[in-house]
Amino acid sequence: MSSVGEPPAAPAVEGRDGPGGQPELIKAVPLRRPGRLIAAVLVLVLLALFAYGAATNSAYDWGTFGRYLFDQRISKAAGVTLSLTVLAMFFAIILGVILAVMRLSPNPVLKAVAWGFVWFFRGTPIYVQLVFWGLLVVIYKQIDLGIPFVVQFAHINTGSLFTAYWLAVIGLSLNESAYMSEIVRAGISSVDEGQEEAARALGMSWSLSTRRIVLPQAMRVIIPPTGNELISMLKTTSLVIAVPLTSELYSRARDLSVETFNPIPMLLVASAWYLFFTSILMVGQFYLERYFSRGASRKMSAKQLQALANAQSLGGHI
Amino acid sequence: MTGSPPPAADVMVRSEQVCKYFGALEVLKGISLNVNRGEVMCLVGPSGSGKSTFLRCINHLEQISAGRLWVDGELVGYTERGGRLHEMPAKHAAVQRRDIGMVFQKFNLFPHLTALENITEAPTRVKGVKKVEAIARANQLLEQVGMPDKAKAYPAQLSGGQQQRVAIARALAMDPKLMLFDEPTSALDPELVGEVLDVMKQLAQGGMTMIVVTHEMGFAREVADSLVFMDAGVVVESGEPRSVLSDPKHERTKAFLSKVL
Repeated sequence: MSSVGEPPAAPAVEGRDGPGGQPELIKAVPLRRPGRLIAAVLVLVLLALFAYGAATNSAYDWGTFGRYLFDQRISKAAGVTLSLTVLAMFFAIILGVILAVMRLSPNPVLKAVAWGFVWFFRGTPIYVQLVFWGLLVVIYKQIDLGIPFVVQFAHINTGSLFTAYWLAVIGLSLNESAYMSEIVRAGISSVDEGQEEAARALGMSWSLSTRRIVLPQAMRVIIPPTGNELISMLKTTSLVIAVPLTSELYSRARDLSVETFNPIPMLLVASAWYLFFTSILMVGQFYLERYFSRGASRKMSAKQLQALANAQSLGGHI
Repeated sequence: MTGSPPPAADVMVRSEQVCKYFGALEVLKGISLNVNRGEVMCLVGPSGSGKSTFLRCINHLEQISAGRLWVDGELVGYTERGGRLHEMPAKHAAVQRRDIGMVFQKFNLFPHLTALENITEAPTRVKGVKKVEAIARANQLLEQVGMPDKAKAYPAQLSGGQQQRVAIARALAMDPKLMLFDEPTSALDPELVGEVLDVMKQLAQGGMTMIVVTHEMGFAREVADSLVFMDAGVVVESGEPRSVLSDPKHERTKAFLSKVL
């Protein structure tokens, strides 16, 4: 502006809305960042090379992939995978909440039992557990209903009661409930003590304050890891061959590769379906998280900020 | 002790030899006092003197270990049958708490609910008040505490003083016969203290029975009908606020007041 070294003339002291008008908004020259550009180009080139290789490599056999992607046998198996996931997760969440409440209860017996359950089911591999559930019908050939050592009303053959499908659901949900109970417990513990106290001071019962005050706040902590668990469960269903149950996606894709003499396109078909389901679940998780994080931040929504800006331009004070 | 007559009709809170132990630690060592209907009592004293614990005993957030405590003629936290005290079922205790409003030092507003929802939650869920009526009343209360335009704001978007005023409105929505304030201005910036005290002053002038644990001696002098000085779990001195503040009789009161006045 003026000669170097000479300090700029001090502006007359005036408010933003003084006679001099508002100071100009800053329009600075943006800083150059060559590193960013180079990194981006490098990664894009590598990706393009990989895509070219995948498209031209005959081992992937994209023709077979296309033919089997919507094959009815595959889509049915995908349905089995999805229903296994949903059912197992449903029971796991219910049992997990019960276990978490037991862990947090003042009753030492309930506490210890819940701890023991988590210790066992989290401490042994899911594959081993699923093999065990498959052997249930061998270990317990029949279930007797009645008063122990006194009288029996009914004998039930376990073989006819539990199909491989339900054994898989039981195995998956018991294992998962151990993880879910820890997630729920962490969520409940994360809610400030003062919240329950304020609810009680207003005359709320334990169940009302748990439902309306504590759990909704715990959900913010519970939902992200639960979404993780759900997606993880979707993929864990591929292990139910241990029961053995072979009607789900992965086993079916393996079986069909006998037809094609090439397992690779079938693995890609299965992967595509897993990715499809996972993507849908992630969308659901996004909306759930947004709902339960309301009030968590002091940041205002675009709507609220606009309303304040409007009020300001009308000359009002904030 | 067990044969004590129920308190007279104009007494809202009557405390007789109330003691409270946390394990082996004796926090309250026999507190005896009366709060009349419409009276404003300020509890002052150094931290750790037991004032907050005593306040929490009044609505049974803490269970007393010895003595007797009545609110509006009803024993708090216990029922007396056949000359013995029985622990009160949680449901019964919840019914007792409905009529006693409490305001906390850290506000404890429900962060996932808007200011309005914070106020309507308990009346609709606990008392079964119709939603439309509860909302109308909540708006009226927000007006009363001077923030009619903040109904839709979440607690995190409000200043400390605004949050505490919503918390007062939340307690008032249950139409309490007694209001307990546990250091309501201790967590506030100095410039925000006044707006909360103004709401409380207005409430006192409206005839509300209030017990206020506070360090605001100006408020005690101006608004309170009685002042109780507690130290180490006992009532050291009590009386008309002006005379206690200007002419304390006990050495401990003198020492405390010389530091805070």
